[in-house]
Amino acid sequence: MSGYTAAFEVWRGDADGGQLEDFEVEVNEGEVVLDIIHRLQATRVPDLAVRWNCKAGKCGSCSAEINGRPRLMCMTRMSVFSREETVTVTPLRAFPVVRDLVTDVSFNYAKAREVPAFVPPPGVAAGDYRMQQIDVERPQEFRKCIECFLCQNTCHVVRDHEENKESFAGPRFLMRIAELDMHPLDAAAGAGVDRRKTAQDEHGLGYCNITKCCTEVCPENIQITDNALIPLKERAADRKYDPLVRLGNKIFRRPE
Amino acid sequence: MTQLERQQWDVVVVGAGGAGLRAAIEAREQGARTAVICKSLFGKAHTVMAEGGIAASMGNVNSGDNWQVHFRDTMRGGKFLNQWRMAELHAREAPDRVWELETWGALFDRTPDGRISQRNFGGHEYPRLAHVGDRTGLELIRTLQQKIVALQQEDFREFGDYEARLKIFQECTVTRVLKERGPKDDGGRVAGAFCYERESGRFFVLEAPAVVLATGGIGKSFKVTSNSWEYTGDGHALALLAGAPLLNMEFVQFHPTGMVWPPSVKGILVTESVRGDGGVLRNSEGKRFMFDYIPDVFKEKYAESEEEGDRWYEDPDNNRRPPELLPRDEVARAINSEVKAGRGSPHGGVFLDVSTRMPAETIRRRLPSMYHQFKELADVDITAEAMEVGPTCHYVMGGVAVDSDTAATRTVPGLYAAGEVAGGMHGSNRLGGNSLSDLLVFGRRAGLYAAQYATGFGAGAARPRPDTAQVDAAAAEALRPFSAQEPEPGEADGHPPENPYTLHQELQQTMNDLVGIIRRAPEMERALEKLSELRVRARRAGVEGHRQFNPGWHLALDLRNMLLVSECVARAALERTESRGGHTREDCPAMEREWRRVNLLCHLADPAATGAGRSAGGPDLARTGDHRARPSRSARPLREGRADQVPRRRGAPVMIGCTA
Repeated sequence: MSGYTAAFEVWRGDADGGQLEDFEVEVNEGEVVLDIIHRLQATRVPDLAVRWNCKAGKCGSCSAEINGRPRLMCMTRMSVFSREETVTVTPLRAFPVVRDLVTDVSFNYAKAREVPAFVPPPGVAAGDYRMQQIDVERPQEFRKCIECFLCQNTCHVVRDHEENKESFAGPRFLMRIAELDMHPLDAAAGAGVDRRKTAQDEHGLGYCNITKCCTEVCPENIQITDNALIPLKERAADRKYDPLVRLGNKIFRRPE
Repeated sequence: MTQLERQQWDVVVVGAGGAGLRAAIEAREQGARTAVICKSLFGKAHTVMAEGGIAASMGNVNSGDNWQVHFRDTMRGGKFLNQWRMAELHAREAPDRVWELETWGALFDRTPDGRISQRNFGGHEYPRLAHVGDRTGLELIRTLQQKIVALQQEDFREFGDYEARLKIFQECTVTRVLKERGPKDDGGRVAGAFCYERESGRFFVLEAPAVVLATGGIGKSFKVTSNSWEYTGDGHALALLAGAPLLNMEFVQFHPTGMVWPPSVKGILVTESVRGDGGVLRNSEGKRFMFDYIPDVFKEKYAESEEEGDRWYEDPDNNRRPPELLPRDEVARAINSEVKAGRGSPHGGVFLDVSTRMPAETIRRRLPSMYHQFKELADVDITAEAMEVGPTCHYVMGGVAVDSDTAATRTVPGLYAAGEVAGGMHGSNRLGGNSLSDLLVFGRRAGLYAAQYATGFGAGAARPRPDTAQVDAAAAEALRPFSAQEPEPGEADGHPPENPYTLHQELQQTMNDLVGIIRRAPEMERALEKLSELRVRARRAGVEGHRQFNPGWHLALDLRNMLLVSECVARAALERTESRGGHTREDCPAMEREWRRVNLLCHLADPAATGAGRSAGGPDLARTGDHRARPSRSARPLREGRADQVPRRRGAPVMIGCTA
């Protein structure tokens, strides 16, 4: 494959509005969408705003919507498009635009702070932690997350309903709760934190109706819905509807 | 005088990679109010790119391991140019730093008895690298990030404010370390940092008596590199400009295995774990050529035949390791030689093969991101075919000269450096896996001593105050690219503004071609000429648009740092007339005994130059000199490390002039 000229549409603007701008731009063998955006910066529009870091699919910075689909620009090969196709690059839709392809993702950092941290097991010294590989593998899958926030962007609970942002942590941080809940040594329960209950009551697990959109866009192929959200829902439900737990809650409820 | 937002902190940490975050955690836990400032979003630092693991002699897989062996391996890998005290502290403290991560929630791969698993790596005698598949750096960053959040949650419970004692200023950049106005311009103490916010372009000043530089490396000055855009040598340049010298900048590590095809991914790292787990290197004739490249010092430790090397994976006690696991400098040079001799792969690399060594399922489990990376970016299935790989600029061993115990710079009170930006720990060549442990060991130390120093001032008037002239100069310097079409005061008109992207590409090409993996004196002299031409042109680097999230502007500002640091690399490389570790001279191929006693220090001839007009775009750098320092007789005796102490300003300096 040799070089050719591709038609690009790139959204440019800021919080006050913007529009798609057309570009004809050179494409060479093996290039990805981020290469093309960089070529535009270097040769045509030096102030085109875009986030990127590693250009190797490891940092999760260059998230955008390409032909309407949430993707990492550095991992989207130009060869997936036909040469005639116009490639449209727009910023993530669920977050407010800062400039051009850069959005304000502070929602995600706010939600991250609301998830109670790992609680180390009391009485176990550093160096004495013992865990079996089979037990760490489940939470390890979720720790592959590169925080590109594509799942947060695509989840219709917030994508179509801005008002839900207040009470919904999004797939990334519900998965974080699942990860901590599956950590073999997390001692949150002993410290008075019921991760399953808070997932349901404080982080909006109930909003998720398992359409799996998050799983589909995950560049790390993490099975967010099947391995994190559904098991978390089951665990939360087990507790909520367990007749003994309900009875216990009624009898032993402490006055608020 | 510029009106700016000013905030008061105890410690400012520049950089939010492994070293920066570990420093911030320590400083905050010591009771210092700590601000972290980073160019990218929180959690995106270059540390996430580290793949193979973190070296610590826990002895979980081979109980023969201990800190002394780790220390010896590190010194041997660095060709004995390491600051021995740093290598000692590193080897002693690394296990505690790894275990501590577990108490913050990290989940490393396990041994059958439930301890942290450890893997083999180049130059390490025993399996020593704690790891999580091939994404160890991500685990490290995420763990530190989540520990920071945990500390912020504590503060929220106590003060109702997450950022009461620890705040991350993400997507902000420091352009100058500010000092107090001293009697002598370069004698002042640190007083803060001048910063801009990418999102708005707004300037602000963080006032603090202690600043920790943790900005990482310099790879973006080279064309083929595994480094991300952030690696523009900011901390190196900030230190130089503040009057702190750089040590042994000629030592740049070229990782032997980067991707070579397709061109757009050239340089992206292929982890050393591929070789640690059994991958072999072959040339176009199918030969495992590394057996021809075992240097004498390593002869007794490496296998002489393929059969012995292969047996070692199963029975390391009775066999020697295969030469694919030599230190990185040796392997990179060998690959370079094979390609040069016409035995390379179709795209100018060599073949790295795991497909014939392990079952497909094992490869996907042990090397998941390598599998993914080649599949997605190069249409290569590494479980079925060989990868094409070649050297890529990866790491700088040189860096800010620091005190081994405290990470304090030697000349600027209140300025600290840790991680890749600090020099000395790795000597002339770093072993794989020693970087992540370096970040934690010296990140913690920098945070500890910076906090002690800063809180010693109390909250009162004793604190150094930033010199307002420096603040004004920094603001003018940062705005200069917006008025680049105007002539410099006293300079003839008639030059159009330069495109910063073009300048950057020319710089990368220059460093790659002329100060790359194999060096020659005439080429480095040409590089220095080219660099001084670029420096003049960089003063005219102009940008379009406004200050809000403007990448062209950011690059124009980063160019100053890249050019300064590149000049140090070229100058030091020209000066050192031998080959050692990450510095290979075709015209001086031998490792010379007397050079083992010599460290090269680069400092600005005129560090006080902060004049707004002329220094904008490029600093008003009159000369860069190398102090060629001889070791002092009083250096602590330790057989191999004795010569490696950087004496404090002893020995006769040799100044090398350079026209601005």
